[in-house]
Amino acid sequence: MNTGDLPARCGFRVLVPGEDRPIRGIFTGDLLSWAMGRAKEGDAWFTVMGNVNTVAVASLADCACIVLCHGAVLDSVAGQRAAENGVLVFATHLPEFEASLALAKAMGL
Amino acid sequence: MSESIQLEYTVPGNDFTRAGEASADLKSTLKRLGLPAAEVRRIAIALYEGEINLAIHAGGGQIRVTVDDHQVEMILTDQGPGIPDIPKAMEEGYSTASAQVRSLGFGAGMGLPNMKRYTDEFDIQSTVGVGTTITMRVKIG
Ligand SMILES: Nc1ncnc2c1ncn2[C@@H]1O[C@H](COP(=O)(O)OP(=O)(O)OP(=O)(O)O)[C@@H](O)[C@H]1O
Ligand SMILES: [Mg+2]
Repeated sequence: MNTGDLPARCGFRVLVPGEDRPIRGIFTGDLLSWAMGRAKEGDAWFTVMGNVNTVAVASLADCACIVLCHGAVLDSVAGQRAAENGVLVFATHLPEFEASLALAKAMGL
Repeated sequence: MSESIQLEYTVPGNDFTRAGEASADLKSTLKRLGLPAAEVRRIAIALYEGEINLAIHAGGGQIRVTVDDHQVEMILTDQGPGIPDIPKAMEEGYSTASAQVRSLGFGAGMGLPNMKRYTDEFDIQSTVGVGTTITMRVKIG
């Protein structure tokens, strides 16, 4: 499963496009230091926090992408930083659990 | 790399849009120097947590990084309020972060534990009313 497959396979919308990346796993949660400490390289990160700090953590922890759930918005500073740092951002109206589950099913987990 | 490389950063206090710039810069510098990706990731994670703590808890501070053949050393210094009870601050879940900072996703009380977890050597010296110095080292190869 690659980030490029997310729109077709899970119905996620592209907010910040970027280079296609393989997805190795899933991390779900909103607290930045939990994500920083526990997300693994290549994880798709499901969260509702659409600020610049989320983008910084995704970039430093080498997440495959951010998926903003519950229709949460990405603020403009965060969108700009994501584009600069090559962080892919997707959006969905699904809650975090359902969105994570959709990807897990698509990955055959 | 025969000689060591020194990098210095100043972290402004309470600026959560800029906090993270030092870690991002160090990460790209270390990648460019050809350090192994796994170590670069650990260093970036540890420095980000330290950098954010400088911004949130200390009103800003200084970061000095020394890169040589066998390790990367990061020294974070601030003239903030200091940490009265270091063992307590090191506990997972302990945080004095304000509601405003928590609303941004900080304040899990996991920053210092992450810094210890992701580095090979970790030390805090702190004096209340004077400031805090954190030294972290990650071995290379
Ligand atoms: N440089 C510092 N100066 C003064 N106090 C600090 C400093 N760094 C950490 N602390 C204190 O230690 C506590 C724990 O720090 P830690 O980084 O683990 O958690 P946090 O910053 O509160 O939340 P998180 O890092 O999970 O977003 C802080 O809440 C703060 O009280
Ligand atoms: Mg912290």
